Amino acid sequence: MNTWIAIGATALGCYVVKVAGLLVPAGVLERPLVRRLAALLPVALLAALTAQQTFADGHALVLDARAAGLAAAAVALVLRAPFLLVVAAAVVVTAGVRAVGG
Amino acid sequence: MGGKSDAAVVRDALGVGVAVGLSGFAFGVTSAGSGLSVLQSCALSLLVFTGASQFALVGALAAGGNPLTAAAGAFFLGVRNAFYGLRLSQLLALPRVVRPFAAQWVIDETAAVALAQPTRRAVRIGFGVTGLTLYVLWNLTTLVGALGAEAIGDTDAWGLDAAGPAVFLALLAPMLTSAMERAVAGIAVLLGLGLLPVLPAGVPVLVAALAAPVALFVEGRRRGRAHRGDVNDVSGEDR
Repeated sequence: MNTWIAIGATALGCYVVKVAGLLVPAGVLERPLVRRLAALLPVALLAALTAQQTFADGHALVLDARAAGLAAAAVALVLRAPFLLVVAAAVVVTAGVRAVGG
Repeated sequence: MGGKSDAAVVRDALGVGVAVGLSGFAFGVTSAGSGLSVLQSCALSLLVFTGASQFALVGALAAGGNPLTAAAGAFFLGVRNAFYGLRLSQLLALPRVVRPFAAQWVIDETAAVALAQPTRRAVRIGFGVTGLTLYVLWNLTTLVGALGAEAIGDTDAWGLDAAGPAVFLALLAPMLTSAMERAVAGIAVLLGLGLLPVLPAGVPVLVAALAAPVALFVEGRRRGRAHRGDVNDVSGEDR
């Protein structure tokens, strides 16, 4: 049930901001500070999410195979690999390190 | 000039739509691997349809986060779509009755393709073709990925728990264009990891989001001080 509540709230919230962009008069969101904040929010959220999903195990910080996978993804990004290849690199390296490390 | 042919616009749109649409597979796998059912995974792709928010939500739920805290993180990631809509609404010039239906397709990829087009006709074709291709493929591959993850069982053994962070990193990398973005990302990482042991699941990410307004505030003060300095200089010259 909790999962459905989260899905419903996310679906509603994300749809409302999409519609707002198309319907709201331009002036409301055109202020430079608001634009800058909207551009920087995803940077902060994505950075925190990347770090947490790589190093978190519940409430503990751990260094495991996922870190190697993320490093592989970073290398793929530097080499300008397409999106799916970046994700595949992370998955394959993580699985490989786990298989070797037991 | 608008010398770009319809076929060229469609080709651009299909390229982006197909490439990104296929990544719904990664979402379906991650979502089912995080403990969501196939139906829940598909509902997210159909109803939310903005990838970063979907990944964030299933990650937060898997970590045991409160449903509304998890939804808040996903929502803040989706806020950027309002700004795409703002720019697109002027270029697409859609009738008001059509806008609520077009809104669901207002995401990173459709905006990127549409905003790059030279004429209104090309903008509309680019938006429509990218949106349709991406929506259909993203939802189909979500279904396939979720079914596949359920079939193989332990997705962690296959390294599939690394797909989520890799997706976030791939979305983040092109945004790190200046020192400001890198500073915000660095502060957010420190906050997100530092607060993880002490705050309830999902909350550290929301606190980490504060890195954005804090960095803007610091930048604003710095600029304000520099600006006042300029004004003083000018008034000094006047006298």
